[in-house]
Amino acid sequence: MEDQDYSPKSRRRFLQKFGSLGLGTLAVSAGLSESCTNPTKDQESGKKITLLNSKNELVEVDSAYISNLNKNLAPNHNSESRKGLPGKKFVLIVDLAKCKNARKCMDKCQAVHQLRPDQHHLNVLLMKDSEHTAPYYMPKHCQHCDNPPCVKVCPVDATFKRSDGIVLIDNERCIGCRFCIAACPYSARSFNWFEPKDAEKYKDVAYDIEKNVPQKKGTVTKCTFSADCLRDGKLPYCVSACPNGVYYFGNEYEDAVTNGTSGETVSLSELLAQNSAYRLMEDLGTAPSVYYLPPKDRTLIPEIEDTHS
Amino acid sequence: MTDLYRKEIEIKKEQFQYLVSDLNSPLNRTGSSFKIWIGFLLLLIAMAGFMYVRQLQQGLGTTDMRDIASWGLYIADFVFLIAVSLVGSLITAILKLSNVKWATPLTRISEIIAVAALIAALLIIVVDMGRPDRLWHIFVHGRLQSPIVWDILVVNTYLVISILLLYIPLIPDLALLRKTMGHKPKWQQKMYKILSLGWQGTEEQFRIMNLSLTALMVIIIPVALSIHTVTSWLFASTLRPGWDSTIFGPYFVAGAFMVGAATVIVTMYVIMTNYNFKAYITDEHFDLMGKLLVLTSLVYLYFNLNEFMVPAYKMKSGESAHILGLLVGEYSVLFWSVQILGMILPILLLIIKPFRKPKPLMIISVVVVIGAFLKRFLIVTPTLLHPFLPVQNYPESYHHYNPTFSEIMITVGSFAGIMLIISLFIKLFPIIPVYETAHEKGFPNEIINNS
Repeated sequence: MEDQDYSPKSRRRFLQKFGSLGLGTLAVSAGLSESCTNPTKDQESGKKITLLNSKNELVEVDSAYISNLNKNLAPNHNSESRKGLPGKKFVLIVDLAKCKNARKCMDKCQAVHQLRPDQHHLNVLLMKDSEHTAPYYMPKHCQHCDNPPCVKVCPVDATFKRSDGIVLIDNERCIGCRFCIAACPYSARSFNWFEPKDAEKYKDVAYDIEKNVPQKKGTVTKCTFSADCLRDGKLPYCVSACPNGVYYFGNEYEDAVTNGTSGETVSLSELLAQNSAYRLMEDLGTAPSVYYLPPKDRTLIPEIEDTHS
Repeated sequence: MTDLYRKEIEIKKEQFQYLVSDLNSPLNRTGSSFKIWIGFLLLLIAMAGFMYVRQLQQGLGTTDMRDIASWGLYIADFVFLIAVSLVGSLITAILKLSNVKWATPLTRISEIIAVAALIAALLIIVVDMGRPDRLWHIFVHGRLQSPIVWDILVVNTYLVISILLLYIPLIPDLALLRKTMGHKPKWQQKMYKILSLGWQGTEEQFRIMNLSLTALMVIIIPVALSIHTVTSWLFASTLRPGWDSTIFGPYFVAGAFMVGAATVIVTMYVIMTNYNFKAYITDEHFDLMGKLLVLTSLVYLYFNLNEFMVPAYKMKSGESAHILGLLVGEYSVLFWSVQILGMILPILLLIIKPFRKPKPLMIISVVVVIGAFLKRFLIVTPTLLHPFLPVQNYPESYHHYNPTFSEIMITVGSFAGIMLIISLFIKLFPIIPVYETAHEKGFPNEIINNS
């Protein structure tokens, strides 16, 4: 767990903060009341809500004056999205022994990120380490490297690394030089060579940097670790889409990862150590945030099944 | 005695006037063939422009570049043009500072090639951008970590110095044009007048000119080396097999001097035959440029040995797919054609004196230039087609890169643009430096100033 101070003092500070937020909300609705949506005396619901204000006083306010707090504090402000979630360092674990190439993750990813069929944020590769070893399927995401070659070369800070480990791209900043694609050793990035899929449909939708949609022609796109889901406390799209329990996802600082299929939470360090986990191309020094558990059971590969049938 | 002296002065004056009118003759001869030539170039540029507008509308998908081969002909063209532009510094700065006298008639040719190639390079890199409308982001959000930003800084610095090295030696010639081009249209006369900056040929003016030229010649050498070194780092700063090389800087610089020398040879041949400049661009010049081409090619050969033989010897995994693709695989025909026809054979032939005669030398140089362009293509493309991880779940076409008609036309347009700049320059300014030639032929400054 993240280091948290549960002393009464800290709780008091939290309440203070909350109180000022309540007051802030009040001020917003008061401001609004002067324009058009003024709840008159008649419209008051009569239902009173108790709030703590910044002076540490409890006050009662009619619920009609209160608008949704979550909505006002929606964190999906794109400048906020550059910072990352505090106290988090996300990791993805891919258990290759379980991957049966169902490709539900790929489908979900392409649908969510409005990608064309030949654009991959996530690509399930058929790997064969050497001539006489059995093949296996390897889902390959952006590795969200801690030493990301792509971020280094970007001339305009369009692609960046957040404090929670996620590498994102701002497609309103990207100039389309494609240096990051050249620099990425994992071929994890894709470019919008044409007008993106359903561009007409999404033309008026506001850009969400954490989802990188709508896609824009002439810009690079990549796996976002589903940063939009993570902000809502949910698992990434691909992780929850997997029917075979391939993916674990979690916070490195908490040393806990959750399986997207079973929902089971396990110790990250134990999972990695007990399964001889590895990262892709460790020798390049990119320090990925994606770990792979070796494909110890490879009999599920269709190629092998074919030879038996 | 004084009579004799005066007579001598008269003869010298006449000789000088003859020299001036001879060297300025391209400015006064605008035949129909020149107009057709310019029309042809404009047509090519218009076609490239049309293709570019189409690319802007439809996206970079009008090229054959895709997620695997994400850079292609445009980047190869960019590297090639940067390479060509390096010759400006070689001829004007390196040779001049080494007190090489014979290169004088070639300085302006090489400098205008450099300037034109740089302008085309800057344009082609914008063409390669997915979002050229966001070019300004580089100035607002530019990050010094990115080799692209280094490249922008040094290339523009080099362009400014090259323009100055083209312009400053031109000032005395512009002063002469101001006097002799009275029959030209008003705007042209005005241009000469403004550009000549009131040049009178005083000793003080010469002193300032020579001082600034020497300073610029010294400055341009490290800048020239850095433009191509930094351009090579666009590749060498990645981890990819085939690019992840420590010798890319000098390897690119050596190649640049080779293609630059060849480009100058081709251009000086065209100028010599077209404008009958045999008296100024002599067989001796071709012979010496031929030797320079051999020298630069030998250096490049040495770097090629290092770049390809050492990894081929080791066959390290990752590198091996790339190396085998070049030596015996998909790109072997192109690779060996470029290496043999574009580098080894020219070295062998140019060692023999008869091949350094203008015509054979020009033909060999054309082959070297074409080879050098294809070499840049071989540096960019095969590496991208062999990434670390297998290329799967893409359409079959993603495994190859064959430039589309649109890409080829835009690239051709960049060459047409260079030729247009050079052709128009020749029509407006003396391509062989008048003042410097006269000075080296022993005409005293009084005659040059007072005629």
